[in-house]
Amino acid sequence: MTSATAPTVRIRVTAVLSKLVGGQKEIEARGATVAEVVDDIEASYPGFKDQMYGEDGQLQRFVNVYLNDEDIRYMGGAGTALSDGDVLDILPALAGG
Amino acid sequence: MTVNVYVPTPFRHLVGNRVQVRAAGANLREVMDDLDTQFPGFGAQVRDATGELATHIGVYVNQVEIDTLDGEATALAAGDEVAFIPALAGGADVVLTPEMVERYSRHLIMPQVASVGQRRIIEARVLVVGAGGLGSPVALYLALAGIGKIGLIDFDVVDRSNLQRQILHQTDDIGRAKVQSAKETLLSHNPNIDVVLHEAPLTSDNAFEIIDQYDIVVNGADNFATRYLVNDACYLRKKKLVDGSILMFDGQATTYLPGQGCYRCLYPAPPPPGMVPSCAEAGVLGAMCATIGSIQATEVLKLVLEQGEPLVNRLLLYDALSLEFRTVKIRRDPDCPLCGENPTISELIDYEEFCGAPFPHPEEEEAAV
Repeated sequence: MTSATAPTVRIRVTAVLSKLVGGQKEIEARGATVAEVVDDIEASYPGFKDQMYGEDGQLQRFVNVYLNDEDIRYMGGAGTALSDGDVLDILPALAGG
Repeated sequence: MTVNVYVPTPFRHLVGNRVQVRAAGANLREVMDDLDTQFPGFGAQVRDATGELATHIGVYVNQVEIDTLDGEATALAAGDEVAFIPALAGGADVVLTPEMVERYSRHLIMPQVASVGQRRIIEARVLVVGAGGLGSPVALYLALAGIGKIGLIDFDVVDRSNLQRQILHQTDDIGRAKVQSAKETLLSHNPNIDVVLHEAPLTSDNAFEIIDQYDIVVNGADNFATRYLVNDACYLRKKKLVDGSILMFDGQATTYLPGQGCYRCLYPAPPPPGMVPSCAEAGVLGAMCATIGSIQATEVLKLVLEQGEPLVNRLLLYDALSLEFRTVKIRRDPDCPLCGENPTISELIDYEEFCGAPFPHPEEEEAAV
């Protein structure tokens, strides 16, 4: 479990992912890094992590995570450090046209 | 009688840079005299040295050329529309007919468009990939705006399940080729344009040949394989790409200019088949198509007009449920295999293999969204 002193962040998900978090569009979770937050979400909503990580253990390349509107791929990836009140957006690619 | 007079761009400096002015007179000659009184110098622009109407100026009353009426003696009624249209030097330049002047008048009165911009719109060549949910509003607004050459590529036929959102097609079109139905709709809205049909799936074999005929490409594809193909082809041929996608209640849009990031920088790899559902699998709110499609059409027109800030290096996110628009940053990835520092993709690849899924094919029912 994530430490109770870890930062609390807000996570916004798209309609496709909201079914994995009880139909919510926005949830809160704790973690000092993006990876810890994903673990914290997984503890509440089992199955979430499988959507985020590929078989190689890396974040999926068709799912983008933005920290305060910046792509974490250009920050620290899953190890990107978080602060209280940060907002994460999780955006899978959409192909519908 | 007070009539409305359309003033062409070259004469606008004489009338305070207005597109329309009012003038009084019982016939055209009196109106021209009144214009010269109100705006000294106007007469010299439209008459030659002998005082006759200059031969390079076409004058229209309610869109009818005055040579077929009574010339300068043509009687006018209050509210008539008079237009002076100079022939433009250079032959190849587009001349706005009186019909166009009236049709595009809400464009023409804006200084960011004006007749120079409208002529650019008329000379533009835009390819719309997919005549479905996004392609419909994109193509429709481009047609209404007067984009001179609109290409449509789609292999599909109209299905009843398309009609919930694909506004180019109607109930009577079920079973017809989408591109045929689309062309009919577009031309009924604006007969001035040229609609070019590519009734085939876009593939690595035909993509360059088709895309080369256009300046800007709009993506309304419904599958990842086509999206990566369009992205790669546009980058390799240095075409601007206006991208959009929708699913359920979410939409995304962005514009890629060659060398400033691409779809692979945003999403380096497609999802394994089944990980992200299609609209046929997860659904889409029909009205979403208009929101994102209209943004794509707006981007195309801004690029053509060279006005404003395009959605470059920004991904627009639309959440219909919370009714929120936001943008996040897109960066060009220096490690991008297509547009990065050491590219490994220099020609079109096998996109079915890359995506682990076949392109939709004509024989597959329900394939297209």
